[in-house]
Amino acid sequence: MIQDANFILLIVIVLDLYIVSSSRLDTCVNATALQGAALAFLPFALWWKQASSGEMIGLLLIGAGTFVVKSLLIPFLIFRSIREANVRREVEPSISLHFSLFTAAVFVAGSFWMASIVVFPQSPPASLIVPAAFVGVLVGFLLLVSRQKAITQVVGYLILENGIFIFGQILFKELPFIVELGILLDLLVGVLVMGIAINHISRQFDHIDVNRLDELKG
Amino acid sequence: MILEIIEQIAILLFVPPLFIGIINKMKAWAAGRKGAPLFQFYFDLWKLLKKGEVYSRTATWIFTAGPIISLASIFCAGFILPLALSSSPLGFKGDIILFAYLLAFGHFFILLSALDTGSSFEGMGASRGAAFSAFSEPAFFLSLAILCIHAKSVTFKDVFHALPWATWGFAHPVYLVAALALFAVLLAENSRIPVDDPNTHLELTMIHEVMVLDHGGPDLAFILYGSSLKFFLQAVLLVHLLLPLPSTNWYFGIFYLFIGVFGVGILVALVESAVARIRLSRVPQFLIGASILAVLGLILSFYKGAP
Repeated sequence: MIQDANFILLIVIVLDLYIVSSSRLDTCVNATALQGAALAFLPFALWWKQASSGEMIGLLLIGAGTFVVKSLLIPFLIFRSIREANVRREVEPSISLHFSLFTAAVFVAGSFWMASIVVFPQSPPASLIVPAAFVGVLVGFLLLVSRQKAITQVVGYLILENGIFIFGQILFKELPFIVELGILLDLLVGVLVMGIAINHISRQFDHIDVNRLDELKG
Repeated sequence: MILEIIEQIAILLFVPPLFIGIINKMKAWAAGRKGAPLFQFYFDLWKLLKKGEVYSRTATWIFTAGPIISLASIFCAGFILPLALSSSPLGFKGDIILFAYLLAFGHFFILLSALDTGSSFEGMGASRGAAFSAFSEPAFFLSLAILCIHAKSVTFKDVFHALPWATWGFAHPVYLVAALALFAVLLAENSRIPVDDPNTHLELTMIHEVMVLDHGGPDLAFILYGSSLKFFLQAVLLVHLLLPLPSTNWYFGIFYLFIGVFGVGILVALVESAVARIRLSRVPQFLIGASILAVLGLILSFYKGAP
């Protein structure tokens, strides 16, 4: 089971790299949805063997909630925003795609290095959890600072949150699952609000270029 | 042993064109066409071998020697790679490195003979070919390095012996990462669709085709057969990685290998049918992506408690 968890985490890392290197918005969102679907299986792979019956219900709820929110609802909302705002691709990211791919690779190496020196009070259940979480957080930040379109920034935010979700899996035994579900709800509402904001901005000003947002006047 | 060497020569001589034929047939089927006969590539080679050559006045001996040296070095690489049984006629300590660089050496001489024609068009093709092979070399070499690290040896024999049963399984994602990078290199180095289109004669997009435009007759036959041989060898490498041979029986091993290689051919044909060619300026990014995958695999191999 730990092997399956490591496999899922490796898929998540590879998808992070794929998202950084692609310029099409719909490819990014599809990859994010796939990442969400992969993460939905992570709690099962990590904890199902040793869970009590009460915890099993929590696992089921977290898995189902993650799947529905991260790989169905949020992509649906973002695709609606893409359709409304009528953007197809990230035309000129402030860092070129080659360079952001290199940066992401450096982040991957750095995450593995950090994961090998950071000491945890209890050892993580699967060896790739900590590096995958670091990669998610760092790549999410990279997308947030380097992309011009608001939609790619939402994708960056989602990847960041996925990294934090992976971190949270270390604490499954201590953390009540209701907290995890609350975070999911927050995320959904956040994306919903961002989608609505993007729609309004693009309707009012004909673009969703983040660099020009400071010129907006009501 | 002598018999096996003769059989290896026979396989290297006669199977690669069939491999190309299977890919072309599969592509035709996927597109709903009937397609050229399975053995068309043999007929083409035979036709070219019967023809005479025409040489440009600006061309020197390099133009004539290029295809021959290229074919010879790729053929030597074929002797190093074990086909079945994980032993090869020419295997020695460190043969993986020679294998990688014999393939590169063959490519280098194709580039030289393309430059030697004096045509600016071929010079452009040679420049593209050199640039893209420079990008694909780190991916190829680093994925081989992953295998070497796990086997603690740089010899094909030990590397293939050290591969665990079922490398495609969840337990060994490192090998899957290496196989993915090798597959990207396979597509790029053999001018397959995401990088180059083997069918078009459109100047803007060609890479490999441009370099061989001025060759004709037996020279062209050597180049075409050499590139199919290179394709076959890289497919064999991928098959060894994904389906480690279970048997010590030579004939069963060869049979198993053929099934695997034709599986790779079908996979390539499906990728070619399903994927659009990427823009020329995006090709380096595709190959850098493959290299970064290989680096990820390398990091995984050194990471403590690695899967």
